[in-house]
Amino acid sequence: MNSNVTRIPTTIALTLALVSGLSGCGGNKPAEGGAGAGSAASPAGGGGGGPKPAGGTILIGHYGSMTGSEATFGQSTDNGIRLAVRERNAAGGVKGKTIELKTYDDQGKAQEAGTAVTRLITDDRVTAILGEVASTLSLAGGRVAQQYGVPMISPSSTNPAVTQIGDMVFRVCFLDSFQGWVEAKFARETLKAGKAAILYDQSQAYSKGLKDYFKKAFEYQGGIVTTEQAYSGGDQDFSAQLTTIRATKPDVLFVPGYYTDAGNVSIQVRKLGITVPMLGGDGWDSTQLAAIGKDAIEGSYYSNHYSFQEERPEVKNFVEKYKADYGRVPDGLAALGYDAARLLFDAMDRAESLEGKTLGAAIAATKGFKGVTGIISMDENRDAKKSAVIVQMKGGIPVYVTTIEPPQ
Amino acid sequence: MTKFLQTLMDGVAVGSLYALIALGYTMVYGILQFINFAHSDVFVLGAWISYTLAVGLGYAAADAEPSVLAAVGILLAAMAACGAAGFTIERLAYRPLRRAPRLNVLITAIGVSLLLQNVGQLKWFFGTQPQRMPSVLADRVLGSVAGVQVHLVDLIGAGTALALMLVLDRLIFHTRLGRAMRAVSHDTTVAALMGINVDAVISFTFVLGSSLAAAAGFLYAMKYPGLNQPAHATWVLLGLKAFVAAVIGGIGNVRGAMLGGILIGFIELFGAAYLSPHLRDIYVFSILILVLLVRPSGILGRAVAEKV
Amino acid sequence: MIKGLAPLAAGLALAVAMQLSAGPIIGPFAVKLLMDIGINVILAVSLNIVNGFTGQFSIGHAGFMAVGGYVAGCFTYYGSYLIWGAPRVQAGWLSGGDLLFVGGCLAGAAVAGAAGFVVGLPSLRLRGDYLAIVTLGFGEILRVMLQRTGDVVTSAEEVRAASWPTLATSLGGSLGFSGLPYYTDLFWVYVFVAVTLLVALRLKFSSLGRAFLSIRENEIAAEAVGVNTTRLKVRAFVLAAAFAGIAGGLFAHEVGTSLNPRELGFQKSFDIVIMVVLGGMGSVSGAVLAAIVLTLLPEALRGFSEFRMPIYALALILMMILRPQGILGLREVWELPWLRRRRS
Repeated sequence: MNSNVTRIPTTIALTLALVSGLSGCGGNKPAEGGAGAGSAASPAGGGGGGPKPAGGTILIGHYGSMTGSEATFGQSTDNGIRLAVRERNAAGGVKGKTIELKTYDDQGKAQEAGTAVTRLITDDRVTAILGEVASTLSLAGGRVAQQYGVPMISPSSTNPAVTQIGDMVFRVCFLDSFQGWVEAKFARETLKAGKAAILYDQSQAYSKGLKDYFKKAFEYQGGIVTTEQAYSGGDQDFSAQLTTIRATKPDVLFVPGYYTDAGNVSIQVRKLGITVPMLGGDGWDSTQLAAIGKDAIEGSYYSNHYSFQEERPEVKNFVEKYKADYGRVPDGLAALGYDAARLLFDAMDRAESLEGKTLGAAIAATKGFKGVTGIISMDENRDAKKSAVIVQMKGGIPVYVTTIEPPQ
Repeated sequence: MTKFLQTLMDGVAVGSLYALIALGYTMVYGILQFINFAHSDVFVLGAWISYTLAVGLGYAAADAEPSVLAAVGILLAAMAACGAAGFTIERLAYRPLRRAPRLNVLITAIGVSLLLQNVGQLKWFFGTQPQRMPSVLADRVLGSVAGVQVHLVDLIGAGTALALMLVLDRLIFHTRLGRAMRAVSHDTTVAALMGINVDAVISFTFVLGSSLAAAAGFLYAMKYPGLNQPAHATWVLLGLKAFVAAVIGGIGNVRGAMLGGILIGFIELFGAAYLSPHLRDIYVFSILILVLLVRPSGILGRAVAEKV
Repeated sequence: MIKGLAPLAAGLALAVAMQLSAGPIIGPFAVKLLMDIGINVILAVSLNIVNGFTGQFSIGHAGFMAVGGYVAGCFTYYGSYLIWGAPRVQAGWLSGGDLLFVGGCLAGAAVAGAAGFVVGLPSLRLRGDYLAIVTLGFGEILRVMLQRTGDVVTSAEEVRAASWPTLATSLGGSLGFSGLPYYTDLFWVYVFVAVTLLVALRLKFSSLGRAFLSIRENEIAAEAVGVNTTRLKVRAFVLAAAFAGIAGGLFAHEVGTSLNPRELGFQKSFDIVIMVVLGGMGSVSGAVLAAIVLTLLPEALRGFSEFRMPIYALALILMMILRPQGILGLREVWELPWLRRRRS
């Protein structure tokens, strides 16, 4: 037995020696991965199988969480995109061709998002990608899009890291740095809050990022953050954190999580006898927030990309059409999906060809695009510079309070 | 002081729910020696059935009058329905594998868990949207001790859990059926030779465990009304913590599961309140490793030498 | 069949051939699937050493994968900053960048193996199921710890100025370790697949492998004939953890993956366990087969959206009931009766 036992490590050692020996010789063949980075397979180019018949259609891809714990995010966005596609096709399509949309579910998992985008680009050969909502997933998908040189527009990922991937990744929403500033300003100036307590979701990059920006802005504007408490997304019991928060007697409670958790938090906040207003971010935006929070969420504020009660014609038109098609009021994610798709079509109209680099440049050149969620101009970081609205929960619906413009 | 009392009260409320769920794990483990991963999904099913019944009875309306009778009815109905579900699962998925390696049964349990979880997400069942459990019971503040409000819902939750545990304890230690369960758990073969219908006892164990899970689901939905079917990881984690409670108390030991559940509730809440809320999930598993190192058979478990 | 260095050479030749020809012939998406398959093969075959050979039950394999991935990522990412000033892919095949990457993977394997020792030693002294819970607990603790790490450092000056402990804890937190260079290609995946397969197969048919199997069949009897069960269990566990670490390193540097704490949790571990059981406990080629099937199946079902997971779950249950020993049982593909008959 012993002789064989010692042979196992020998095998490993030999193998490693062989491998390192081989690498020492130095291959002179180009690397698959390395080459891919630079030469950027255009949507129609690339390997075998032959290019798919273009016919009279332009294929665009959407990846989103159609199932999984944030399923409403993906579904709303997809509804918005589909509405935009239908509208555009009814108006004659883009460059005389019909737009076709292919949606893949990523189950809210980053690994799936990466695979879905790879498949959309290399197998389905889409011209451009729309997606994702969650920043972590947009990061996974965006890196693939960048690698293959296909433009991707994220409708609603607010974490700054997303567009830092490279020149092929864009977004049509504002950033968490801006959103955190907006909420701090609102808390200081409108709510006259001097002390804020924070309860954030440490398992979501979005929540942690927004918390950091809010804290910075709030303290810069002269406020005090009394305590930062954390939970992990999906937790149901917040009593320990809220008991600590209650003891610090804050004027406002900032909860930058998703609506699924915010509703539960609000119930326990009120149950513990904390009566100060709650403040949240765009992750709160869902009809289910009121369905879960009921009276507990009443009177709370959150920042959002748009309010369906705004008087702008774009908003009225969109809300009317969306209601007719889907039978409910569109949330912010649906509006952003709609805007992302329309902005893409607009860029396609302007672009000389639909090749990745050209189309990307056209998207980057977007200035003053009139979207449902405000006027969108791409800045040098491929981020949209635009305003945010603050809404307040009243009678189960988010009521428009004010619009806050970005600082000049 | 307020903080301490508040945490103590919340610890009992959360711990008693862990205990109820842990009972299902510990009973199945005691008899079949496998971790029933589908147990947490039966628990969620119980919560959803309670929700469906409550909405069906009109409690979703704003002016619905809370009633104790309806609450008891919903509780019993959910327990019966989940008992039936537990029976079916055991009959269809686990029984054919009675002689298979334990790992196979475990994979099947994971499969059942995935199935319940994902079928529940379909739009014909509970869907992917989170929903609010209507309040069937009036939530009143009963009184206030040193600034800590005592809520009726918490009291009823812990009380019901305690009552159910007492009934179960009585059933296991003072009835013929309970004796049969203990015998099967001790040695299946010998129990069969003594004329005990082992299959029936196992079925009964699943029915019992599942209905307790349903009761926990109902009480959970009363305390935490936001129900979210697709949050699979949350439910698995909850089930795992309950299982850890069973291990800490002494796996296979019913009283140990109750003790372990309360203990886990305390550890979690006191850790989150006094040490750091960031490491909440770590406390439970650290305690588990500690217990396994110091006293592997659990607090109330007896060390049993492996049979040859 | 598996003696000497011939099979390794064959594996290497295959890896080189795939590297040179696969890309242009089958297209990038198939290449990605092939890499995914390869990584899953490494994971399934290595877990099979613990779950299949020794009959222990580990459900924290993804945790070791995460350890390996993060260590390897730290190596290539911060290493690239220190050496070249940017975390870009350097120069191509088998040159400096590749060596850094392979070194990172091996370091990841070493750390994952060490982690396996720390986790395994206390729990393997106890009954089998405790290992299951402890490995699960380990994965959860790791997840929370990784979520608490700081943001990734993104400039050469800051990396040079930072101390080693700072860099080792700047792993991106809940956002994930983003920005790793894409070094993983078919060649490296299949080199490591070949090594894993060779080690697993030689192990299985060695006396050490027999000792492993004896633990699985009857631990008490094994002990009675002089097998040091605890020591062997720990050894199997450490070996498996080390290979999971390599798989993690490959995963971290692949296009379209994301190294973040949420991804490598218990659900990923469950996926690997399912591969092992589906393939047949103790069958190396079975694990390979199952890894291939279970990587391709979700992709094939992608169009079915909400029915995808129910179908998968149902297939799993039916498989366990109708063929509890898995596709191959303990046998290898070439030991199947109908193949044997044909050969003789």
